[in-house]
Amino acid sequence: MTTPAPGRPTPGRPGPGTPGPGAPGQAGSAPGPRAGAPDSPGTAHTVLSGADIGRVLTRMAHQILEKTAGGNGVVLLGIPTRGVPLARRLADRVRAVEGVELGVGSLDPTMHRDDLQLRAVRPLAVTDLPDGGIDGRTVILVDDVLFSGRTVRAALDALAQFGRPRVVQLAVLVDRGHRELPIRADYVGKNMPTSRQEAVAVRLTETDGRDAVMILSEGAGR
Amino acid sequence: MTRRGDTAGGPAHEAGRWHLRGVRPLGGDPVDLLLDGGIIAEAGRDLSAVGATVLDADGLVALPGLVDLHTHLREPGREDAETVASGTRAAALGGFTTVFAMANTEPVADTAGVVEQVWRLGRDAGHCDVRPVGAVTEGLRGTRLAELGAMASSAAAVRVFSDDGNCVSDAVLMRRALEYVKAFDGVIAQHAQEPRLTEDAQMNEGAVSARLGLPGWPAAAEEAIIARDALLAGHVGSRLHVCHVSTAGSVELLRWAKSKGWRVTAEVTPHHLLLTDDLVTSFDPVYKVNPPLRTAADVAALRAGLADGTIDCIATDHAPHAPQDKETEWMAARPGMVGLETALSIAIMTMLETGLLDWAGLADRMSVAPGRIGGLPGGLTGGRANALAGGQAGGQAGGHHHPPVAGSRPSRAAAHDVHPAGAGALSLSAGAVANLVLVDPVARWTVDAGALASRGRNTPYAGRKLPGRVQATFLRGRPTVLDGKIA
Amino acid sequence: MMRHLLSTQDLGRDDALLVLDTAEYMATVAGRSVKKLPTLRGRTVVNLFFEDSTRTRTSFELAAKRLSADVINFSVRGSSVSKGESLKDTAQTLEAMGADAVVCRHPASGAPHRLAAWVRGSVLNAGDGIHEHPTQALLDAFTIRRRLGRVEGLSVTIVGDVLHSRVARSNVWLLSTLGASVTVVAPPTLVPVGVEQWPVAVSYDLDAVLPTSDVVMMLRVQRERMTAAFFPTEREYSRRYGLDADRLAAMPPSALVMHPGPMVRGMEIASDVADSTRSTVVEQVANGVSVRMAVLYLLLGGTREVP
Repeated sequence: MTTPAPGRPTPGRPGPGTPGPGAPGQAGSAPGPRAGAPDSPGTAHTVLSGADIGRVLTRMAHQILEKTAGGNGVVLLGIPTRGVPLARRLADRVRAVEGVELGVGSLDPTMHRDDLQLRAVRPLAVTDLPDGGIDGRTVILVDDVLFSGRTVRAALDALAQFGRPRVVQLAVLVDRGHRELPIRADYVGKNMPTSRQEAVAVRLTETDGRDAVMILSEGAGR
Repeated sequence: MTRRGDTAGGPAHEAGRWHLRGVRPLGGDPVDLLLDGGIIAEAGRDLSAVGATVLDADGLVALPGLVDLHTHLREPGREDAETVASGTRAAALGGFTTVFAMANTEPVADTAGVVEQVWRLGRDAGHCDVRPVGAVTEGLRGTRLAELGAMASSAAAVRVFSDDGNCVSDAVLMRRALEYVKAFDGVIAQHAQEPRLTEDAQMNEGAVSARLGLPGWPAAAEEAIIARDALLAGHVGSRLHVCHVSTAGSVELLRWAKSKGWRVTAEVTPHHLLLTDDLVTSFDPVYKVNPPLRTAADVAALRAGLADGTIDCIATDHAPHAPQDKETEWMAARPGMVGLETALSIAIMTMLETGLLDWAGLADRMSVAPGRIGGLPGGLTGGRANALAGGQAGGQAGGHHHPPVAGSRPSRAAAHDVHPAGAGALSLSAGAVANLVLVDPVARWTVDAGALASRGRNTPYAGRKLPGRVQATFLRGRPTVLDGKIA
Repeated sequence: MMRHLLSTQDLGRDDALLVLDTAEYMATVAGRSVKKLPTLRGRTVVNLFFEDSTRTRTSFELAAKRLSADVINFSVRGSSVSKGESLKDTAQTLEAMGADAVVCRHPASGAPHRLAAWVRGSVLNAGDGIHEHPTQALLDAFTIRRRLGRVEGLSVTIVGDVLHSRVARSNVWLLSTLGASVTVVAPPTLVPVGVEQWPVAVSYDLDAVLPTSDVVMMLRVQRERMTAAFFPTEREYSRRYGLDADRLAAMPPSALVMHPGPMVRGMEIASDVADSTRSTVVEQVANGVSVRMAVLYLLLGGTREVP
């Protein structure tokens, strides 16, 4: 698998290794990237297998080491739910590769979202910053799917409550396009052009019992 | 119900000749009734009556006109809540031909002047007879007797005296009142509520009040007064009537008092036969009433007591209120419910459909007995209500019988009587005064608070489907209600 | 999540835990340099107080402001039950102001329930008559959980004027929903008729229950109860039901002493007990803000439509 250069993803442009678009969607609201959905074999289209995810994360760990001069002063903050185990896995891989111990924690951006009133009230997740805080550090926000960019924007605001990092970067497992804000990721596991009617479902062993990334079409039992 | 023939009676407010075809008196076999000259002129099968308006009443149950011993008409003083005219329209629609108007008006009905005013307003409205209740004490204050004799000998010929809303709590004053009204065969209708035990009381004291944090109105506060007053009535040989009995314990005390042969009677409201205190959980003041809604066990005891005659009659305690007195927080709301237009339906639901009373029994509890207690003419001939009912036992199977209340009516009062037609006003026999109600026993109707004739909208039954619909009411042979509407 | 918070009786175990968990998050905000979140920007919270209570009003006000809501304090002074008909008019006024939430304190039990029928926004009961005070119970449960790690399985003893206490009622339902075993202790005159239907044990003997209590919650006893013959004298009440140093010593070493405030020192609680390290009185105040932030967020933080 070739490594896609980080950069502004263009919606609709097929990324390397990307299969064709998923099943044609139906009109309707676009489901959020993080919404849990029951897997529907036959209608869900698996894009990344467990092994693929492992390889992608290893590659991202290397990129992080490369871009941060060996992980010096880096704190990985996972955005709940699935960004948190992803942050831990990246930290594990960095340790395995370089023996460097990155700070790991979680950051719940819910209270800073600008779209709260569009949905039922969301339960809050844990915000847990590593000892030493974030002042002057390189904070890498980690999430599973980058979609509209609103979650990341909220996370940036939430982060400001806790201090002033030297640099903030963004790492995502999947970039599915359709940005609504001027936000881009520094580390992308896979660019995955999708239609708005589709949903990208990330499954991780820690939260779901298995590793997979799927595209669900609107009719796929959502 | 269809009507045909000439309207021989002329204007609706005059009694004409009415030929009621196929009515079932007290739910018995169908007969025809001919109303003429304000009385039931003939009763029998296949009557022919030339010149009479024919009312095809096939299948409708005929009952003697209902009598309500306990109505609040609010006039004078709170005409925004009810007037004599609006309240008596509601009464007629509910099948009533007589209502006793409670004394807690503004000014209080504690003088001959006020009771005569109410009586005249009722007579002029013409929807049903209005018998004013006189206050026992001046201004309902419970300190000095009102001029009971003056009210008795007024045009209103008051026989029932009550401070309803307030209890005559002073034992000596109560004793004197009981004694004093013997002179004109009056009766004291007591609102049994020990005042100190019910300060700020908001609802039945029990599991629900404990949960809701509303100050409790203990059953004992009612029962203590009933026990005391029964002892007093027994001691001085006077008539006591207990208003709106609400607890199982009260039923027991009444049973005991009657077993002593004391002249004690009692009423129960329709709402206490049906509703329970758990409704208060909504904090909707439509359920606020005094005495308060009690428990299911109390409801069962009240029904049983009414069935076996321990409780003599149903009385509505019709208590209309202006919206601002009900659409508020519970503790600020006034107690009371409207009831005239739903009383018969609730009685059918709770007593007839449960098999506790038959139609004759219902007629006794809603017409004959309250008429007797209130001293209406014909009230003493209640037994005749069964005359056309095909030999059905009146009331509960087994027919508990009270000794008829003795005492003749003083001639002075008779001279002023609102309907001097003599005996039989509460009977369906030939020769009886033609006060009767025709009920569709199978019809069901949904209560629409906004469509009530009463000015009060405070019905706890809004949206409920109730059995039994009043189709026609006749007052001395004149229809006050036809086709379920004011005639 | 619920639309209103009127009573802890309506609160299921999951909802109650959601409030407590959310309050944990809110508590962290208090420790930050910027104690403000943008969450309820554009939302209007009205504090509608028919009864003076500076501490409760301030707590709600601070909670709403920390969530960036606009706060309007609407005090209806000198209001009494006899003037209660203005409640509906007031509700219509609040509707016209576009209140998203109304925090209502009222001397009449059930007034917030009525208000909820008349306004579109959420109604938070901030204490109604002698009925309920749900956020007080939630902050008490939160305080217990923070100090002792759990609520489930604990023995909580509530002491004092249970009959007239909205705090007691709210705590009885909430703590038993959360799995605590609750005992109420009071002179029999101050226990409501009908208490046998409550999920509690009743005792008239404080000394008998103290050794097995994990939490002892003292209720305020108003002196005017004495004149209504609920108990003979202040001295006798204090001797039989007051928490003093000797009684504190009879409690397990880890047991907490709680009081919803305001305290009548020397009556139901001795001064040295109120100020001891076992007392959570001051924490309760701080936790009140966190719990009220949690409730405001859960009531106002989502869409109005039912999902």
